[in-house]
Parts: sequence; structure tokens; C-alpha cells
Amino acid sequence: MSGFLDYFKGSRKSSAAVAKERLQIIVAHERGVLKGPEYLPMLQQELLMVVRKYVPISDEHIKISMDKDGEYEVLELNISLPDLSTKSTHLKR
Amino acid sequence: MAKIIVVTSGKGGVGKTTSAAAFSTALALRGYKTAVIDFDVGLRNLDLVMGCERRVVYDLINVINHEGNLNQALIKDKRVENLFILPASQTRNKDALTLEGVTEVIEELKERFDFIICDSPAGIEHGAMMAMYFADEALIVTNPEVSSVRDSDRIIGMLGSKTLRAERGDTPVKEHLLVTRYVPARVANGEMMSAEDVQEILAVPLLGVIPESKDILRASNAGVPITLEEKSDAGKAYQDTVARFLGENRPMRFLNTKKHFLSRWFGG
Repeated sequence: MSGFLDYFKGSRKSSAAVAKERLQIIVAHERGVLKGPEYLPMLQQELLMVVRKYVPISDEHIKISMDKDGEYEVLELNISLPDLSTKSTHLKR
Repeated sequence: MAKIIVVTSGKGGVGKTTSAAAFSTALALRGYKTAVIDFDVGLRNLDLVMGCERRVVYDLINVINHEGNLNQALIKDKRVENLFILPASQTRNKDALTLEGVTEVIEELKERFDFIICDSPAGIEHGAMMAMYFADEALIVTNPEVSSVRDSDRIIGMLGSKTLRAERGDTPVKEHLLVTRYVPARVANGEMMSAEDVQEILAVPLLGVIPESKDILRASNAGVPITLEEKSDAGKAYQDTVARFLGENRPMRFLNTKKHFLSRWFGG
């Protein structure tokens, strides 16, 4: 009977749609992780520790990625430092 | 030049061996000289599914270890001309599948066959890696279900990095998606992802959709590749799949529910 009720409710998302959405997210995530070299997550952790010795930053403020630019592999490192002029604890980009 | 096709999935129980048997049988029925190799060392089953289990004397590992030659190990199918089965070993472990040994076997088969179908074991271990290593094309067998789709994605990643073609920088392994155990009525109900959904997530061209069918168990009980069951929808779907693989234009059948629309409402 659930098909019958769902027909009138109409709003609830089907379980197949939920499955598809969950898969799209996890697959995109896993492709990203697996694409880079194995040391990438560890490198990110260690870089984070070094920067933290001087500036308080959280995990979200460091982004690391590996890209191909023609023949070269490019390691891109992006650290958003907190704005030091304002002495608030809120971290701005 | 022989074409090497791996039948793979990552996850177990999705229909790899059934598909390898059906696909190779359909190719042979069309006149192509076809060999199908079981790479599941220690857990061989292709012989049972194809009904030649009592005719196994020498196996893949025997050939690799030069304990027997390829002619002794290849089992000629009794029903279909041009179809040969190379069984896996049941007693050795997977380490016996050396790269050098497999290379030698594949090279010899390439001289004699049009198509070499490699039936991969489940998982991402050595046996699965050996099955995909020499592939020119891959049949990715996937059920419309979350764990199967995720595992297929993992395997697709490996086809792009761990194969001979990837290592050499040749044209990549050509991938084909085969969705199996498909239940159109459940797709219509929103309880099962559609073949298009799976195709969209994996981003691999859809080659075929095989409907869930009671005939498949019946056929494997009897040791008959489902392609030989001419009245079966699943058998026809495999025939269509192979036709498309060979470049024919065949519409997808068996994607729609045959049930009356009222039965959908009342939980049919």
C-alpha cells in the first residue's frame, strides 16, 4: 500500500532518489581522495601543524590539491590566514 | 587481433560469472572464436555455470606452472562451436597467478582467438588485478543498489590506473556498463535506481540492462549459459547486449513494467 499512499502525499522523496544523491556525493568524494598521491592527506596534516605553530587556523582553512598542467604535476596549497588587524577570534579570509 | 575483455564489478554476487558465461556464449554463437577464463583461483565457478565441471582436468594454474599445456586445459563447449573455457584452479591460492605466467597464457590465447573474456573474482585483490591487467575493454557489472555502484566506481578508477594500457599510456580501457538484476516495476515505484541513474553516477556508457529473472537460477542449476535459453528475457537481453557491443543498433528492451498501472498503486 505504500505506493498508493505516496502517490497522494507526493512530496516524499523516493528511496531511489535518496540512493542516487548519496552515491553522487560519496563517489565524488572518493574520486577526489583516490586521484591524488597517497601522501596527500598526511602532507596536509603536517602542513597544518607547522602553520598552527604560528597562526591559529582550523582544518577548513587549508586546502591542498594536485593537478596536471601539461607535463607538470602542480601541487596547489591554499591557506586562508585569519585577518590579524582585527583582533577578533573570528577568522576571515 | 584478439580483443581482451574483463568482466568485473568489485562487489561479489552481482552477476559477473553469469554475465561472462552469457557474453562469451553469445559471441561464439555469432561465429567468433571465444575463450573465457576463470580468474577466481580457489573459488572457481565458471565451470559449473557453463556445465563443464566434470570435464576439468588441467586448469589455468597448471598451464602457468607448465604442468599441462593450453590445449589440455581449454575445454571445448559441447553445445556451441567456437567456445572454449579455461577453468581456474580450485586447490591453489591466488599467488600462483604470476604476472609472467598470465602474460604467457594471454599471449598464446591471442594467437588463436577473436575474443578472450576474463571473468574476474570479486574484490580488488591480486586475482581481480590480474583479470583486468591485459584488458582492452571492460564490462562493468553493476546492480542498481548502493554498495554495488560504489564498488563499481572503485573498479573504474583501477581500470584507469592499474592496467597495462594505463601503465603504458595507451588509449584507456574502453568501459561498458552492464546493469543486472533490474526490476522495472520497482524502478517505476521509485524503489530502485534506474539504469540511467546508475549510468549518470558512474559516467560509463550503458551497454545493456539485464532484467531480474527466475530463468537465471534455473539455467545455472542446469549448467546452461542463459544466452542459450532463447525464450528467456534475460537471455534475449544478453543477446542484445552483445549485438550492441559489436556495433549494432538495438533498442533497450525489458526496461518497462508490464504490470497494469493499478497494481503499482496497490503495492503490486
